Amino acid sequence: MNNDNVKELEDLVELSEAVQSMHEDGLRDNIVKDIYETAEYITKKVVTKKSQRKADIHKKVDDILTSRILGYPIMILLLGIVFWLTITGANYPSQMLASFFFWFETKLTSLFMYMGSPEWLHGILVLGIYRTLAWVISVMLPPMAIFFPLFTLLEDLGYLPRVAFNLDKLFKAAGAHGKQSLTMSMGFGCNAAGVIACRIIESPRERLIATITNNFVPCNGRFPTLIALSTIFVGGLVTSRYSTLAATSFVTLLVIFGIIITLVVSWILSKTILKGVPSSFTLELPPYRKPRIGRILYTSLIDRTIFVLGRAIVVAAPAGLVIWILANVMIGDMSILNHLAALLDPLARTIGLDGFILMAFVIGLPANEIVVPIMIMSYMSKGTMLELESLAQMKELFIANGWTFVTALNVMLFSLLHFPCGTTLWTIRKETGSFKWTLLSALLPTAIALAVCFIVAQGARLLGLV
Amino acid sequence: MGLTCESCGRGVLKKKFNLKCGEEYVIALAGNPNVGKSTVFNELTGLRQHTGNWPGKTVVNARGNYDYKNMKFLLMDLPGTYSLLANSVEEQVARDFICFGKPHATVVVVDATCLERNLNLVLQVMELTDNVVVCVNLIDEAERKGIFIDIRELESELGVPVVATVARDGKGLEELKRRIFNVAVGIQTPSSRKMKYSERVEEAIREIEPKIDKLLKGKLDARWVALRLIDGDKTIVDAIHEHVYYEKAIEIDGRR
Amino acid sequence: MLLSDIKKGMKVKVVSLKSTGLSRRRMMDLGLIPDAEIEVIRKSPLGDPTAYGIKGAQIALRIEEASQIEVEKVERKERE
Repeated sequence: MNNDNVKELEDLVELSEAVQSMHEDGLRDNIVKDIYETAEYITKKVVTKKSQRKADIHKKVDDILTSRILGYPIMILLLGIVFWLTITGANYPSQMLASFFFWFETKLTSLFMYMGSPEWLHGILVLGIYRTLAWVISVMLPPMAIFFPLFTLLEDLGYLPRVAFNLDKLFKAAGAHGKQSLTMSMGFGCNAAGVIACRIIESPRERLIATITNNFVPCNGRFPTLIALSTIFVGGLVTSRYSTLAATSFVTLLVIFGIIITLVVSWILSKTILKGVPSSFTLELPPYRKPRIGRILYTSLIDRTIFVLGRAIVVAAPAGLVIWILANVMIGDMSILNHLAALLDPLARTIGLDGFILMAFVIGLPANEIVVPIMIMSYMSKGTMLELESLAQMKELFIANGWTFVTALNVMLFSLLHFPCGTTLWTIRKETGSFKWTLLSALLPTAIALAVCFIVAQGARLLGLV
Repeated sequence: MGLTCESCGRGVLKKKFNLKCGEEYVIALAGNPNVGKSTVFNELTGLRQHTGNWPGKTVVNARGNYDYKNMKFLLMDLPGTYSLLANSVEEQVARDFICFGKPHATVVVVDATCLERNLNLVLQVMELTDNVVVCVNLIDEAERKGIFIDIRELESELGVPVVATVARDGKGLEELKRRIFNVAVGIQTPSSRKMKYSERVEEAIREIEPKIDKLLKGKLDARWVALRLIDGDKTIVDAIHEHVYYEKAIEIDGRR
Repeated sequence: MLLSDIKKGMKVKVVSLKSTGLSRRRMMDLGLIPDAEIEVIRKSPLGDPTAYGIKGAQIALRIEEASQIEVEKVERKERE
């Protein structure tokens, strides 16, 4: 087929347009209608309907789940239950994994000593890389292995389209697409996955809004941080019987706050640089389906958990190396790490953090899950993560370094709102094909995180809480 | 029998979709959203699947393998769509694969609980290819709702093999594989029901079909292209240009 | 009458579509063609969108889309 032929084909298009305009209400409608009529004709021939004995339990369930009064409370409650199960269930296996890894570490150390390897090699490989990996796996794996199957269960049951149905008006008011809530749901697992999920939104404007704001949903790399800090600082405020409940409620509140920020930022974007009217929206609400447990476990554990964990490990290993070097190479009488922290300290103080925390977020750019390990490592004089077998020890360490409830709150808010991790940014770059939008996706959340933490920190100072 | 790329014009497939198609039968899997299409896909291919992107498109593409009677089958999971009229990127991807990829067979998964809206897609797929197998899924759910489908009657109405399945429980899938095999290998040549349009449309088709046929020289179904042009589909010219032209280039390569 | 004005539980029939171009085609692909029956199933908690029963499936449309569809009454559906 040469270019002349293409030209001819284009002539044909003109011809067909002429044919179309001859028929006023368009032949296109006729085509679709004819197909549907044929479908109807065949259906009438082959389908028999017997006693509509109202097997419509679906309708009753929908009446409750999308009810004017109960719709929203149920959504929040389900979210809370998922978090509660994750927090409670992950606790014990996390500790088991941690003790196993640290037991294995002593064996590794003995092996290195036995082989007479130099101190720096042991430092880099065991104290740097191995410890960071051990932390990431023991802190991340259990919550993910609980959270992902629970979430996949909701997905498999057919609940997620109902969430989109319930929330659509809010998104429409924000100038965004109703399917954005589905992409946010994916973001709970991994923001990079959430960004990829934005493909389901066809209008480029609304897809960009969803892409830029996806980060305000805390991913699995950040959940452990939020969970650990709420357990220590919020759960610690009440008697131990209610501490899990308090921690769960607080995490749920944080997530709702993230959703509110998502809506506000979407609204601002759609009124400024991404102006436009919401595009047409249709959403199918499929019948509820009996979940397939085997499939749920497979997708959530293999496809999601192992995938996200694998990614975290790939990032954490070199990060562990870099952190160890930063913490152990001295310039003058201070390590590089301390120099950097001192540099960031003034800014960090005004937003209720300290230099080490802010630096942990910066160095944690490759993966959010290593932020807390870096903080811990920085606080340790030895320059490596100390063995922390319980959250209580972590609390002691933080308080010894000047943390208050307000510090913890600001860390959680900063974690919720700050720039997306390296993988997510890379994914945004790939999906949008634009450096400009990627940069905005990093700067905008960071600006918001700084602003919110500034307000909280200064507010607390004015009220005399600190 | 069409086992190689060259003999049946599947060079496009090979190049565009990075398929290794030597001894493999390529099967496309189409269907509306929410009809259990991915369940059928998972049940047929098990763990032998991987995902990627459609070339040049931000649409996820899943493909998987299975064996039947010592033959290898490659199952391409097309995006779930309501139609093939190219109203969205997904529909374009699905249409282009069936139309230009020329799979050995196309399976359309339909939801037994709302057959009518699903037949819409079946009829559109049958305009593109005769090698169609219809998989009526969720047949148990339909029966619970008091909906019964006469599978034999549907088969004779459509002129292509129809299989009832409950993919979630693996019911009917052996039969589905058998029918896919028969169609792909050529044991059974379906003669699918062709849409007959209202006179105004047919008249318009008659007007431009011969011209298109002269131009495409049988490479594509002229009636179908005529319909798309009448339909006002702007993407079809680009698609023809890209795929048909591309295929030509591969043939020349092969001769060298 | 427009589809957006129809109360929950009512059944109506499509008369015509006011939208044009791509959105018209999308609507038609969902089964919204002249003479097709539509049941108004439920409204979302905030009143919009609304879920409609169209040819056996439940599909939610925003008020903007529903107001593009001209309909007429079929019968009143008795509520249980």
